[in-house]
Amino acid sequence: MGKLSSKIEKKRDREKPAIVFGNQWDYAPAPEATDFFKLNKRYDLFIGGRWQKPRSKSYFTTISPSTEAVLAEVAEADDNDVDAAVLAARHAYNRYWSRLTPSDRSKYLFRIARALQEKARLFAVVESLDGGKPIKEARDVDIPLAIAHFFYHAGWADKLELAFHGRSVRPLGVAAQIIPWNFPLLMAAWKIAPALACGNTVVLKPAETTPLTALLLAELIEECDLPPGVVNIVTGAGKTGEALVNHPDVNKVAFTGSTGIGKRIQRAIAGTGKRLTLELGGKAANIVFADAPLDQAVEGIIGGIFFNQGHVCCAGSRLLVEESIAPVLMRKLRDRMATLRVGDPLDKNTDVGAINSQMQLDKIRELVAAGEKEGAERFSVSCTLPKKGFWFPPTVFTNVSLSSRIAREEIFGPVLSTLTFRTPDEAIEKANNTAYGLSAGVWTDKGSKIFHMASKLKAGVVWANTYNKFDPTSPFGGYKESGFGREGGRQGLSAYLEVV
Amino acid sequence: MARSKVVKKVAKIANVEPMLVRVKVAAEVDRTSDEVRHGANKSPHERVTVNKAYKMYVGGAFIRSESGRSFRVKGVKSTDPEVVNIPRGSRKDVRDAVLVAKNAQVSWSSRTPYNRGQILYRLAEMMESRRTELAMSLVREGQSQADASREVQVAIDICVYYAGICDKLSALLASHNPVAGPHFGFTLPESLGVVGVVAPRTPSLLGLVSSVVPVVSGGNSVVVVVTSVDPRTASIWTECLATSDLPGGVVNALYGQLTELLPTMAKHREVSGLSLWGDLGDLGIAAEADATESVKRVRRYAESDRALDRADGARGLGYVEPFLEYKTVWHPMGM
Repeated sequence: MGKLSSKIEKKRDREKPAIVFGNQWDYAPAPEATDFFKLNKRYDLFIGGRWQKPRSKSYFTTISPSTEAVLAEVAEADDNDVDAAVLAARHAYNRYWSRLTPSDRSKYLFRIARALQEKARLFAVVESLDGGKPIKEARDVDIPLAIAHFFYHAGWADKLELAFHGRSVRPLGVAAQIIPWNFPLLMAAWKIAPALACGNTVVLKPAETTPLTALLLAELIEECDLPPGVVNIVTGAGKTGEALVNHPDVNKVAFTGSTGIGKRIQRAIAGTGKRLTLELGGKAANIVFADAPLDQAVEGIIGGIFFNQGHVCCAGSRLLVEESIAPVLMRKLRDRMATLRVGDPLDKNTDVGAINSQMQLDKIRELVAAGEKEGAERFSVSCTLPKKGFWFPPTVFTNVSLSSRIAREEIFGPVLSTLTFRTPDEAIEKANNTAYGLSAGVWTDKGSKIFHMASKLKAGVVWANTYNKFDPTSPFGGYKESGFGREGGRQGLSAYLEVV
Repeated sequence: MARSKVVKKVAKIANVEPMLVRVKVAAEVDRTSDEVRHGANKSPHERVTVNKAYKMYVGGAFIRSESGRSFRVKGVKSTDPEVVNIPRGSRKDVRDAVLVAKNAQVSWSSRTPYNRGQILYRLAEMMESRRTELAMSLVREGQSQADASREVQVAIDICVYYAGICDKLSALLASHNPVAGPHFGFTLPESLGVVGVVAPRTPSLLGLVSSVVPVVSGGNSVVVVVTSVDPRTASIWTECLATSDLPGGVVNALYGQLTELLPTMAKHREVSGLSLWGDLGDLGIAAEADATESVKRVRRYAESDRALDRADGARGLGYVEPFLEYKTVWHPMGM
């Protein structure tokens, strides 16, 4: 950028002083009601259509990460429980699910979608309580998308042959599914809906910090009167998941979570012939060109990294800015960050909720400290954080080097690392310089540039002039170490079918 | 077989230790074949043939192993006097091949599917013109003339099939995604990168073609470990590749021992996918485990796979799709 234009830019900067936000304006609290439902004190395992006490006799508590209050006790499934669940799923596969007409399978899935719509508010509130995400996100994104996934896949159940150009298809059998804590119900829907539509039965293990909506889903499936054992929900931590993955009568393993665990799972089932899909971590580049609509881009960057506290595998956690606009963009970004409201997840005005667990908070703190130590400049929103619970203020780093830990490792929190570039080639080089390849963002007004960038970026999902959009019709999944297989769309079906 | 009978007979007559006799008889036999070979009865006009040095094919060049090692291979028929030295690939050869494959893949995948299709069709043309040589090589491995000719024909037709699939993959696999919002979204198949292939032991030509060509048609480059007992057929096939306009490095063929080559390939971070044919026992399981280090896409094909049926082979997306990625693109719509 020339001297003159940068002078003009500086002048413009002076003319528009940044608005002071933070705690200057108080919003009246607008909490979502929680008085219309009551959680059980204790949840057992949902196996073979019945609620079974764990053979392990062991329970663990699930807490609200925003208050640390105990919400419920949840059964911890051991090897015997997992064995019973797989057995129930196998039985249900042989006896019921594989004998149903595709059209009847389809109608069961439509039933689930409808029942979820009827109970949408309950699920949204419990999701927010148990996971710490803002109620507006649970209400407007998680639950509607989960419903959409059941509705979408319901329609596939009786059209599977059409999906594969006349090739014949058959279900795999029993699917073992392990899901993370960032989108508990949505991930359950991503896993269960296509598996059932394709004629498989499932054993699903929700994450140990967010088991409640999966258990409510089990209750709902019971109400929908699905044949017993078609869906089994076993709760527990890593050991439960391990037992499930290694169970010899499982035909398919589907996992969403960290790349480290994903690799362990892939190794554990090597040579067993079990089918596998992995949806793992990411370190997505969100690339902003000088010709981008900057205000829209700022919204996209904010949504890209602070949506769900940054607990998003496809979060736009590496901001790549064309050097000439970096000062302006960063100022706009900081101004916008200052308006973010951090706090009570159940408050309808909250933008950024609680960090999911103490463990995750520790990890974020560790990486942020590493970023500071490695010489990156940190800017965190100054906001009063609640005393109880797990919190981290929205944070952006500038002057980040490509080799820095905060530019390479997945932080999985509300922390953005900024790098700059001068040419499109450099942007591509930097964006692809990672072991991950889940998603990427491109911001520019030029159509040809979008298509060029989209074709060069090694990522399973490319959002152009938008970010963090999801839809059941739209295949989602990664390149490289972000995993393999797709979820959603016609392409997602092959994860649960043997295509002959 | 005939020789061992002779040995036993002689041993019986001479009433001596068979081992000692075997040496003597072998010397006897060699002398006779020496006389045949060196033309005791040959006309003086018969020329001395020029023997071919069979080499591995890497980066578009025919190379020996960097290790300098080789192993000996001979036709199954006792009437075939030729014993040749085949380069025995090393771990370093695998790494070198992956490097050139990586570079070649970038330009191969950026070619238009139309162009890739024409090059694979050119490969079929090159094979057609070497039909006799390929069939002779299969006969040398012990096949009947009729079976050998049939296998070559099927292998050529498989190439033609995949030549025509390059520009159909998008139509067959891509989608427009009707998302519930003001966005235009689509999903396209893309190449995966470098794929490591362990070709089936048999059928030596059809197996090689069926394990390599579909993967290449999707825009990937390949490092293939040839596992057939006699890699000479594979070597002749790579000569077809070399004359087919296929850019150097898109297909690289190594010979040698799987125990040495496969682990290196399965662990290599620049290899994005593995296509393992046949029952590889513990070696296959170890490769699957090694592949997890960089989350490789691994696809196993059984020895009984239809693609290895000499009479027909098999065609289809099932041999291409496992080595493709799907990329989903979103863009807002509106004024």
